[in-house]
Amino acid sequence: MNILAIDTSNQVMGVAITKDGVLVGELITNVKRNHSVRLMPAIDQLMKETDTRPVDINKIVVANGPGSFTGVRIGLATAKTMGWALQIPVVGISSLQVLADQGAFSTDYICPFFDARRGLVYTGLYKGDGNGKIVESKKETNVLFAEWLKSLAEQGEKVVFLSQDMEMHRQNIMKYMGSLATIPKGSIHTPRPSTLAMIGENRTEGSIHTLVPNYLRLAEAEANWLKQQETR
Amino acid sequence: MTKNNQYILAVETSCDETAAAIVKNGREIISNVVASQIESHKRFGGVVPEIASRHHVEQITIVLEETINQAKLSFDDIDAIAVTEGPGLVGALLIGVNAAKALAYAKQKPLIGVHHIAGHIYANQLEKEFIFPLLSLVVSGGHTELILMKEHGSFEVIGETRDDAAGEAYDKVARTLKLPYPGGPHIDRLAADGEALIDFPRAWLEDGSYDFSFSGLKSAVINKLHNAEQRNQVLKREDVAASFQASVVDVLTTKTYKAAKEFGVKQVIVAGGVAANKGLRAALSTKFMDEDTELLIPPLSLCTDNAAMIAAAGSVAFEQGHRAGWNLNANPGLDIEEYGRRRKLSKGKI
Ligand SMILES: [Zn+2]
Repeated sequence: MNILAIDTSNQVMGVAITKDGVLVGELITNVKRNHSVRLMPAIDQLMKETDTRPVDINKIVVANGPGSFTGVRIGLATAKTMGWALQIPVVGISSLQVLADQGAFSTDYICPFFDARRGLVYTGLYKGDGNGKIVESKKETNVLFAEWLKSLAEQGEKVVFLSQDMEMHRQNIMKYMGSLATIPKGSIHTPRPSTLAMIGENRTEGSIHTLVPNYLRLAEAEANWLKQQETR
Repeated sequence: MTKNNQYILAVETSCDETAAAIVKNGREIISNVVASQIESHKRFGGVVPEIASRHHVEQITIVLEETINQAKLSFDDIDAIAVTEGPGLVGALLIGVNAAKALAYAKQKPLIGVHHIAGHIYANQLEKEFIFPLLSLVVSGGHTELILMKEHGSFEVIGETRDDAAGEAYDKVARTLKLPYPGGPHIDRLAADGEALIDFPRAWLEDGSYDFSFSGLKSAVINKLHNAEQRNQVLKREDVAASFQASVVDVLTTKTYKAAKEFGVKQVIVAGGVAANKGLRAALSTKFMDEDTELLIPPLSLCTDNAAMIAAAGSVAFEQGHRAGWNLNANPGLDIEEYGRRRKLSKGKI
C-alpha cells in the first residue's frame, strides 16, 4: 500500500510517502512561510523523487488539527479533494497524536502540546504501553497550560512533554512538574509526516465528505454569539 | 482523434458560497452547483470569514461530486481546472485554491487562476457572445467599477469607487432601516413600493471622472433617519429606500451611459451581485433602449457568486495560454488590470 501523508496543521510542514509500511520519502520544513504556496510543490517534488504517480497512491493520511485554523484547512482541502479525485480513502489523524506517537518508546505519560496564544495550549495526555503503542488517557483540549499542568502534577506521575513550542513553556512545565517532567532533546519534538503515515496505515476511514478539522475551538464570532445568548 | 469541445471545471470560494461548475466552450453551462452559507451568517449580521472558511472545507468535495455527477462527464473530458484566485476573503479563497490544485494534480490537468471580477463579467458570455469594445459596470458588495474591454482577457479600469462599494452602501443603509441581512434585496423590494421624495445627494465628483463615491450618500440617509427620529417625525421606509436607490441608480446609470458614449462601445454589460437589483436593471434598460449599444444583464442566478462564471473566464484564459503553477496562492488583493497583463504575457508560452 502506498500512502501519502500531509501535515500543514502547524508551522512544521511535512509530506511523506510510505510504500508497504516503509518510508520512501519525507520532506519536512520548520519555517514561517506559506503552506498554501509550498504544499503542492512539495508533494510534486516528493512524488517525482520517489517515482510515484498520483494514481499509484492508495491512501492519504492527513493531520486534521488542532493547530492553525488556516493551516489545518489547507491540509484538509488538499487531502480531501485529492482523495476524492483519486477515489481513495482519506484518514484524518489528530496532530497531537502524531507528536505523542513519537514518544511511544516510553512507558510514562506523554503530553504533546501546541501553543495557542494567551497562555493557552492545545494538548492531550497519552500513555505509552512500552511496545511502541500509545493509549489516550485524557481527552484533547484547548486549555490554559498552567491549569493543565496543575492537574498533571496532582496525578503525581512522570510525564514526557513533546512540543515544537517547548521554549515558550519550559519554565512553566518545570515550575509545576519539577522532577516529574521529562523533556527530551532534539528532533523528537518535530511532528514527522512519516509517523502520521504509519498511524494512518491501519486506521479505517470514514466518508471523505464528512472529514472535518479537529479545531478544538469555536470560531471567535460563534463563541461571542453563544455568550450573548447566555447573558440574555 | 480530434477533440472539438473544451470543458472547464471551475471552483469558486471567494466569499460565502461554495461553488463548482463545468462549462463547455466557455459558453454553455453543463453543471453549476452553489452551496450557499447565507443562513449560517445571518445571526452575525454579515459574513464571518472564519465561519465561511469552515463551511468551505466541509462542503468542497460534496459540491465537486454534485458538479461532476450532474454533468454526466468523466474527468477525461475535462481540459483544465480553473479557480478564483482573488480578490475575496483570504481564508475562504484558500480552500478553493488548494482544492483546485489537488484536483488538477490528482488528474494531471492544467490549472488556471481566475480573477473574481473577470468571472462576474464573463457570466454574460454564458448568455451572449461579447462584441468589443465593451464596457462593464461591476457592482457588488465589494466592488463598483467601470471596466473597458478592448479584447478578450484585457481589462482597463476607467472608474472605481473612492470609498464604499455600492453594495456596501446598500448593506449599511439596510442596517439603519433595521432590515435583515443581506439588506440589498430588501431595499430593492421596499423601494418598489415607495416614492423617491427625498432628494439625497449624488456624488458626481469632478468633471469627466468615472469614479464613484457612496459614503456621502450613506451618511446623508443615516442622518436623515436620525434627525427624523429625534423630531418624532415618521418617514416612510419605502420612500427612504426609493430615494436612496434613486440616487445610487442615477449615478451608476449616468456614468455608465457617458462612458459608453465616450469610448464608443458596442456592448454594455452589468456584472456582480447588485446587477440583480431591479431598480438598476430597469433604469439601465430605459437609458439604453434607443441606443445602438447593446445592454447585457445576466439572469439573476448568474449575478450572485457562482463557479460557472469562473469557468467562462477560465475558458478564455486557457485559450490564451495562461497556466498557473503548483505554487498558486490565494490573492485577496489581486488587481484586475495586472491580471489581464499577466495573461497577455503568458500568451504563446504554453
Ligand atoms: Zn462576487
